[in-house]
Amino acid sequence: MNENAELLAEVVPAARVSRREFLIASSLAGGGLLLQATIPSVGRAAEPGAAEAQITLYARIASSGTVTILAPNPEMGQGTKTALPMIFAEELCVDWTDVQIEMADYMGGKMGSQSSGGSFSTPSNWMPLRKAGAAGRDMLISAAAQTWNVPAEECYAEASKVIHRPSGRKLRYAEIAQKASTLPVPDANKVVLKQESAFTIIGKSTPDPDKARVVVGKQTYGIDVKVPGMRYAVYQKGGVFDAEVKSANLEELKALPGVSHAFVLKGAPAPAGAPGMDDALRGGVAIVADTWWRAQKARRNLKVEWIEGPHAEDSTASFDAQAKKLATEPPEKSVRVDGDPDAALKSAAKVVRAAYSYPFIAHVTMEPQNCVASYQDGKVEVWAPTQNPGPGRTGIARTLGIKPEDVTIHMFRCGGGFGRRLANDYMIEAAAISKEIGAPVKVLFAREDDIQHDLYRPGGYHNFSAGLDASGKLIAFDNHFVGFAKGESISRLGMPGPDIFPAGFVPNYALKTSKIAFNIPTGPLRAPGDNAHAYVYQSFIDEIAHAAGKDALEFQIELLSSPLPGEGEGKGGSPFGPGFLAKRMITVLETVREMSGWKYRSSLPHGSGMGLGCFYSHLGYVAQVHQVHVDPHGVITPQHVWVAVDIGRHIINPSNAENQVQGSILDGISAVLDQQITIEKGRVVQSNFNNYPVLRNGKIPTIAVVFVKTDYAPTGLGEPAHPSALPAFCNAIYAACGKRVRKLPLSTAQFKV
Amino acid sequence: MSYQVSINGTTHEVDADGDTPLLWVLRDVLGMTGTKFGCGIAQCGACTVHANGTAVRSCQLPLQSVGSLAITTIEGIGETDVGKRVQREWLTLDVPQCGYCQGGQILAATALLMHTPDPSDADIDKAMTGNLCRCGCYTRIRKAIKNVASTLKA
Repeated sequence: MNENAELLAEVVPAARVSRREFLIASSLAGGGLLLQATIPSVGRAAEPGAAEAQITLYARIASSGTVTILAPNPEMGQGTKTALPMIFAEELCVDWTDVQIEMADYMGGKMGSQSSGGSFSTPSNWMPLRKAGAAGRDMLISAAAQTWNVPAEECYAEASKVIHRPSGRKLRYAEIAQKASTLPVPDANKVVLKQESAFTIIGKSTPDPDKARVVVGKQTYGIDVKVPGMRYAVYQKGGVFDAEVKSANLEELKALPGVSHAFVLKGAPAPAGAPGMDDALRGGVAIVADTWWRAQKARRNLKVEWIEGPHAEDSTASFDAQAKKLATEPPEKSVRVDGDPDAALKSAAKVVRAAYSYPFIAHVTMEPQNCVASYQDGKVEVWAPTQNPGPGRTGIARTLGIKPEDVTIHMFRCGGGFGRRLANDYMIEAAAISKEIGAPVKVLFAREDDIQHDLYRPGGYHNFSAGLDASGKLIAFDNHFVGFAKGESISRLGMPGPDIFPAGFVPNYALKTSKIAFNIPTGPLRAPGDNAHAYVYQSFIDEIAHAAGKDALEFQIELLSSPLPGEGEGKGGSPFGPGFLAKRMITVLETVREMSGWKYRSSLPHGSGMGLGCFYSHLGYVAQVHQVHVDPHGVITPQHVWVAVDIGRHIINPSNAENQVQGSILDGISAVLDQQITIEKGRVVQSNFNNYPVLRNGKIPTIAVVFVKTDYAPTGLGEPAHPSALPAFCNAIYAACGKRVRKLPLSTAQFKV
Repeated sequence: MSYQVSINGTTHEVDADGDTPLLWVLRDVLGMTGTKFGCGIAQCGACTVHANGTAVRSCQLPLQSVGSLAITTIEGIGETDVGKRVQREWLTLDVPQCGYCQGGQILAATALLMHTPDPSDADIDKAMTGNLCRCGCYTRIRKAIKNVASTLKA
């Protein structure tokens, strides 16, 4: 892993820089070409103080012919470690079998945030990586042309070779990489990109090389790291969040077999405005032993008296009661009002009202949170499965009182992320414990720690009213949302956006809010916000369509076809492309209508039904139809899923893309069935997979995936297919048995699989 | 205390507490980290190994109870014909996403196919329901098992 440092060191000041400082080329020690591409920061910001221009890519073409590409962003199963190098390799015209991918260490902002989240890796890197690859290819072509003394225009590149068209002569990249490293760097804004129809790597299913190690048990995850002299720790935090230790039987613990240390750490909250996701050290008791098992066993004897603070009486029941009361009172705040919803509701021919709610849920990555840290002389070295190393570094430095540049972070393949590892609490705990004991330590959460000390997807309560005119047209849509707040504002992650469909497509529209005070840590979970709001909005739209006596799918197409002025045509775009385009959603709806045989759904056998969900999430357009069977006892059998996905004109790695879509949908079904985090006496009730179930391999529906290709730059796929799965599944249950699911999870309404 | 355990055909002398689950003996004492920790209460299957050819949860098997059981882990299952086929098919179908649970999935699938070379869907449900995949690779897991079964029939 020191190879990364070497790679950085190899970028000597004498290296030639293209005019726009886009590409830097230099010689590789031992012969070969080193390419480093730099682009102005777009999308997500790096840490404060990071260079504005961020390195997008490091690649080296060795004289052996091996092309090594550094993967900047953490891999957690979403495929970024393969997809980004594929984009670069495509333009470089390299034979994919020559490519090796290395996971980068965290480079302290020089390589951007190196954060994986929000399905942003693909759209933010698409053009920069293509340009970098094309520029490298041009340099290799020039090197070959000079070697042959022929015009570069007579040469082309293919599969790691440059070919002289008239004579058929060939030179391998291995033979010319060294020479290329001495040539001028082309202006990256003038390089000619490949015809996309000529792509040979993008669009071809390409396995992640890690997987060959995965299937034989040789892939290293963060949890597998072992460093010399390492000890093992468990860290017991209070059941009530932010509780502090008043006293603990530390001496008793220290006498137990293998236990070397037992001590109390005081909480160190993150200051307001700190980067990252609540990267706080929470108060607790650390037990350090020679094996993790002995530390964990010692915990059984732990006795702690906690100072629990004002939230020790919080409960889900009291949250629900507050929400119910607030729903009957005028909203506290108005977020968006179009037209006059109150008047429109009064004059409507038909009014539909419904209250929806969903619980807090946890991430439960299969690999529990963990981290190895080694503190020595004011410096910390960290080995961690993290999605978001930058704020971890800042958090460690802040908590330990050292400089950020004295924190080194090595990143590992993550056993699932889903947003949990955007927070770095485990990293800060490990560093603090290592400092205390003066030795390297591995902190590993037991599953109970992991479920009871997560940063949860916040719950929420939506109180909808909709008005229809005499023809069944939607004329008013009103939501009084009751959400959770620390202080004045409802958590950003819990707050429905003011632009969620049908906003912009109905003349009288209102989003108003009220809040409930709480003290539960919250954080992003796969498709944050959307994973809850798709369920409520798309379920309620299904209700409205039924009330209007219309086909739910055609009802949505009809709505999408008549936007208010300025809406539905790309408003709110980003550097990666336009904002919401109604026509793209209409196309995926039409596609899934044909795929699923939607028109014939009334002829399904008794007890079976089809439901629709569609949602624009993380730049992707997804519509899906689920078919389920529900028996008289509420036993659900998921039967089929048809899903149409528009993420632009290329599916970079089709096999992985299909896997992501299928997994996102099963994740959606898993979330609605029986997942909830409830609070009693300020504590999380659930503790392990026995009471926080994940969907099992049994009644799994068939899932047919179609990618609708449209002429827009490709975007990421870790998230878009997830949100619409929830309402499609719930609407199918309604179609199958007539029971509308307005509260999650389904188990609270006596449904089960 | 010292115990002798047979892992992937090799006998190891292990000095650890007798109540240490085999999972932690493998991971932290023997450095065989392919067997994963997921829940510690036999609910997720990430720690699955074979004991005399049967899939068991190593988080529930104390060192003192291993005795003469022949243990096979994900690092050793490729030495068996069925195990090797399963690993190959897992790559062919590109089954894993994050991959963390896949060692356990492969061992559960291999045990199923060793005892039931032509499993029905119900057989697959029964054998695989104990192995959670949070990424949701179940569709491909089932297909991979069926594909291997078809090669075993041939």
